[in-house]
Amino acid sequence: MGSLTVLLDAGGIQRALARIAHEIAERNAHPRDVALIGIPQGGVPMARRLAKLLAEIWSQPVPLGSLDVSMHRDDLHQRAAPTIFPTEIPFDVTGKTVVLVDDVLFSGRTVRAAMDALNDFGRAKRIQLAVLIDRGHRELPIKADFVGKNVPTAWSEKVRVSLEGQDEIILERP
Amino acid sequence: MIWTRKHLLDIESLSAEEINTVLDTARAFKSVGERSIKKVPALRGKTVVNLFIEPSTRTRISFELAEQRLTADVVNFSADASSFKKGETLKDTARNLEALNADFIVIRHSASGAAHFLSRVVKSSIINAGDGAHEHPTQALLDAFTIRERKGRVAGLNVTILGDILYSRVARSNIWALLKLGAKVTLCGPSTLVPETFALMGCRVTHDVADAIREADIIHLLRIQHERQRKSMFPGIGEYRQLFGLNQARLALVRPDALIMHPGPINRGVEIESDIADGSRSLILEQVTNGLAVRMAVLYLLNGGKDFGGKDFPEVSVS
Repeated sequence: MGSLTVLLDAGGIQRALARIAHEIAERNAHPRDVALIGIPQGGVPMARRLAKLLAEIWSQPVPLGSLDVSMHRDDLHQRAAPTIFPTEIPFDVTGKTVVLVDDVLFSGRTVRAAMDALNDFGRAKRIQLAVLIDRGHRELPIKADFVGKNVPTAWSEKVRVSLEGQDEIILERP
Repeated sequence: MIWTRKHLLDIESLSAEEINTVLDTARAFKSVGERSIKKVPALRGKTVVNLFIEPSTRTRISFELAEQRLTADVVNFSADASSFKKGETLKDTARNLEALNADFIVIRHSASGAAHFLSRVVKSSIINAGDGAHEHPTQALLDAFTIRERKGRVAGLNVTILGDILYSRVARSNIWALLKLGAKVTLCGPSTLVPETFALMGCRVTHDVADAIREADIIHLLRIQHERQRKSMFPGIGEYRQLFGLNQARLALVRPDALIMHPGPINRGVEIESDIADGSRSLILEQVTNGLAVRMAVLYLLNGGKDFGGKDFPEVSVS
């Protein structure tokens, strides 16, 4: 039988997001240049939450978008076509510091696809990466700039993130 | 849902859920077409052969552009320039294309069943781009997409298909798609071209245009398929226009929010008056734009379809 471990509860998630927001604010001296883009599905609600926290820190709204990476994945020939979620980037990314936001960083392949996909919308001045959980097992030379929690995991385990309704991050062992 | 089909041969065998998956996916590809960079790498390294044994311009161009926007390598193969004139069979032609490692074959053929036949003799993914009077699935999908986009839904709408139903693969595919999605379908045209047998599919059949269009949310006009009619099925073009052409007098009968569709090419002054084709109710050019998005969606979905016979795909990590 599998077992479940709570990695972060609602309070833990809120503290992690607040810390990430402060780190983003600290790293980026010019609020006007910063935009957040969430990667569906998990990155979208997380980016929305971060944008709200950052807007409070900076006392100004933060541009927020979502970017589906399905069409840029490198495994399309060996899996069923992934469901495509909306891409909405209601601002010009050229010249901006874009913080890509995803809930879990694993192989790094989604982030690679996201950087390629983002390039089609313009040339960001720089791209940073914020994740709630870094679970290891990278297959590409990619590293997050902002991490909520580092969690060593086994390949066979699953990390389930829920940010809509009840906040909770659970590690599921097979 | 997870798409498992390798071929798109007809609408008849698709479920409503599969049709909606194509339409949902097409919405994403439509937005790709609105970006300054309209190309994505989803089919990078894949080869698509457009095998058009029956002449077609708009469908071939739409498929070709869809394939290019997905970064596939594209080969066009048309009846005029091909070895068909030298007596090669369809099967041999397809086998040759397969030997060149074509991942997809998009086929347009004058014989009903040509796409199904190919899917049995080659390993490539087959997309039916119109087979005889049988089906034209991507046309029905783009029409359903257009209706859903403009009306917000398909279920419960009154859709009237007016014209040559008997010889029209567009009509057959549309009837299947519309009925599966829950629309109420009315067919209208000369009795020789709209036989009562279509009522067996679940459509209302009438030969009175006023009756057909009065309550319609969508009026779908079809061209007279001269090329498919062996003998004259109606007295003449002039009489067809008189009895069934959409003119201003007939337009005055329709609901204020009724919209007009046509798969093209249109015959101005025959099935549709020129100013109606260019008017505010006309979705004809939107259908062309949407066709591109729908064909991209179909290629994208089929690329992941392995025909696993209903078995689930091995779970693939997405993080």
